[in-house]
Amino acid sequence: MALALGAFSAPAAAADGGAVSWWVWGIALFAVCFAIGIVAVLAGVGGGVLFVPIVGGLFPFHLDFVRGAGLLVALTGALSAGPGLLRSGLASLRLAGPLALVGSVTSILGALLGFALPTTLLQTALGLIILAIVVLMALARGSDHPRVPALDPLAALFGLHGTFHDASADHEVHWKVHRTPAGLAAFGVIGLVGGMFGLGAGWANVPALNLLMGAPIKLAVGTSGLAISIINSAAAWIYIARGAVLPVVVAPSILGIMLGARIGVLLLQKASPAAVRRTVIVLLALAGLRSLLVGLGIGASS
Amino acid sequence: MSGEHEQALYARWLSAGTHIGLAVLAAGFILYVTGALDPVVSFDRLPAVWSLPVDRYIALTGWPSGWGWLRSLGRADALSVGGVALLSAVTIACYARILPELLRRGERVQAALALAQILVLLAAASGVFAGAH
Repeated sequence: MALALGAFSAPAAAADGGAVSWWVWGIALFAVCFAIGIVAVLAGVGGGVLFVPIVGGLFPFHLDFVRGAGLLVALTGALSAGPGLLRSGLASLRLAGPLALVGSVTSILGALLGFALPTTLLQTALGLIILAIVVLMALARGSDHPRVPALDPLAALFGLHGTFHDASADHEVHWKVHRTPAGLAAFGVIGLVGGMFGLGAGWANVPALNLLMGAPIKLAVGTSGLAISIINSAAAWIYIARGAVLPVVVAPSILGIMLGARIGVLLLQKASPAAVRRTVIVLLALAGLRSLLVGLGIGASS
Repeated sequence: MSGEHEQALYARWLSAGTHIGLAVLAAGFILYVTGALDPVVSFDRLPAVWSLPVDRYIALTGWPSGWGWLRSLGRADALSVGGVALLSAVTIACYARILPELLRRGERVQAALALAQILVLLAAASGVFAGAH
């Protein structure tokens, strides 16, 4: 795959970024993000998690601007999907609320930490995080309807239960969650990582909601998107205030991924999601490995 | 289930706010690339500075940190950042819209969570954490 090859050939391209006109990079960024948008939908992952390692490897932009754009790509996608998910009942504002509140606080801390750390350390940590995501994506299996014996006291206090209509099975699904303190802790860590690296966090939100807290998988996916829209809003203000929002990077990225996602939806019926997902895992592993090597000073610098 | 009314209200405001934010972002970017509005940082300079850490970028280009971009809204790149700020503010507006409804219905725990979320987002937006001016 071209993107995978590019992940390793990027340093050469990035090194002479100053010699190439801005519009060449802009068009290339749009094209790559368009491809990311297609692949993300087919693989069932958020575009944000692909964006940072791939664009960070292929393009000459500093990691500060790539992290800012990655966060905004994930934010925009989540905001756009939010209304439909809420109206269909596949996202629960009540379930997202307390988790996103904790995640918002830690995402602010993560964003601040990201600006305070040296780029090499950040690049190394990004590589390790991406490789951890690869392992999680390869191993985690969702559970359609996890067994939840009873609401825990905190879930009862927050009213974390409800009903949604499962259109594919044409029946009402009653849900409730448990292990809320552990879920809050998980979202604290997820917010920190998301804010620091500008990654979308569906890869972690969904297992936390589904496998840890016991939310049905469809509700977990929908509520994860809603939580991202809240959590990333908090971190986005830090990136704006620090000047790390570069319109020439942000606008083509958002446009490319949103258009690509629409094409991805059209291709979804013909493609093999499992094969695409395997390709994405390999692609992420290569990008994560490259980030790790660059951070450790092995090979060309970014 | 209780909360469906607030969820529908939140969804309505989320949809409207997202459309407005995306429209401003797109309009700013179109004005930027067509040259209809002058930017704060010209395109010609970008390839030389976008590979630098953000602090160096700001020092070399004079890009305003914090809310400074508001004073440059007549510039195309600052207008694009305005679109991003609108997108980042949508959640605050949604929660602020449902807060009175939650209080009216006596949902004190949900109202407290909504208020806390608004305060966290406003604190982030204020720039105090980022050390911005």
